[in-house]
Amino acid sequence: MHTFVYQRATSLADAVAVLKAKPDARPLAGGMTLLPTMKLGLAAPSDLIDLSAIGDLRGIRRNGDRVVIGAMTRHAEVAASAEVRAAIPALASLADGIGDAQVRNRGTLGGSVANSDPAADYPAAVLGLDANVLTDRRTIAADQFFLGMFATALDAGELIRAVEFRVPKRAGYAKFPNPASRYAMVGVLVADYGGSVRVAVTGAGACAFRVPTLEAALGKQFSAAAIEGIEVSASELNTDLHGSAEYRAHLVGVMARRAVAAALG
Amino acid sequence: MAIPMDLQVNGQAVHLEVEPETLLVDALRNALQLTGTHVGCDTSQCGACTVHVDGKSVKSCTMLAVQAAGTAITTIEGLGSPGALHPMQAAFRQHHALQCGFCTPGMIMSAVDLLARNPNPSEAEVRAGLEGNICRCTGYHNIVAAVLDCAKVMNSAPSREKAHG
Repeated sequence: MHTFVYQRATSLADAVAVLKAKPDARPLAGGMTLLPTMKLGLAAPSDLIDLSAIGDLRGIRRNGDRVVIGAMTRHAEVAASAEVRAAIPALASLADGIGDAQVRNRGTLGGSVANSDPAADYPAAVLGLDANVLTDRRTIAADQFFLGMFATALDAGELIRAVEFRVPKRAGYAKFPNPASRYAMVGVLVADYGGSVRVAVTGAGACAFRVPTLEAALGKQFSAAAIEGIEVSASELNTDLHGSAEYRAHLVGVMARRAVAAALG
Repeated sequence: MAIPMDLQVNGQAVHLEVEPETLLVDALRNALQLTGTHVGCDTSQCGACTVHVDGKSVKSCTMLAVQAAGTAITTIEGLGSPGALHPMQAAFRQHHALQCGFCTPGMIMSAVDLLARNPNPSEAEVRAGLEGNICRCTGYHNIVAAVLDCAKVMNSAPSREKAHG
């Protein structure tokens, strides 16, 4: 691995200031993507700004119709949180299915969301649970956040502070994991807000996206049968060695029905 | 430039000077000569390098040593000793839950963390809980049997120290 300057930021403002002063510096959250990328020589930041000592970035709290989760909260903490399990059990279950136990003990919500890996689980939750991404300088609605493969609305040096998820009436998440990596071949989060339903897909396209046809049908009748037979277009979906775009389009329907069944639990 | 850092390893206070890019596994194996922690894939897939950081299982090939400053680390050497095996080590021996043994330290560290979080897991929960550890010899059958048996042993002896790393 290329060497770099390591710094532990003591506050969000401190981290933002260093990132502004040093264009080749990178923030270090859980490191579950960044460190392997650096080991492979695919990233060589001049500085790593470790965010782990910033206490304000940790923690989970309920705020009205929202569950607010700090950016540096680990996946295992979200999975085990009594607050999350009570308000949005689908979110706890999604977090409990990310990677493996060791990854869940290190990986963070903010790191995953900022990375916008096309096959990561959290983007489906952010988009499906109508979340707001709170940064050091503004609030970004989920619908405006994910722009493409590893691309988000975050500016250079902009850091996520927390994500606030809107508590649904009920929600479910189902994923078809790649058997080796456990990344989502396709993952679908379905959230019922009482008449209006959000369906967010990860793993299938360049980044997480919603499926209006499924949302409309589920808005009328929230059941797996209501979306039986609705075809999802394969035209913009991923083809790779794990599966074709057509296969992924088919999986979106299957996972959506399973997510609805999970929501109806 | 070397960074001075203090941490605890297997209950002992340790002072290290590490380069920023030094991985935790390399600090443990080279600087501290704790070679029970293995490097398998070095790409955070296989889990052979699993140690506990503040009681939680972590792949030490995917953590910088400096990130561990101020933490308490347990490696396989800190779990038990040849004369006083940890119940998980004893269960692995009894069930022959290994063949070549290369994955075993990481497998045991993960299994101990698994039981700390879920003292009475089902077979499916054991298999899911060990997803981050790969064994290329055994087919996992005896590993799962050892973990289930260890859970029974630890649950039936509440006064016995439940070492959790």
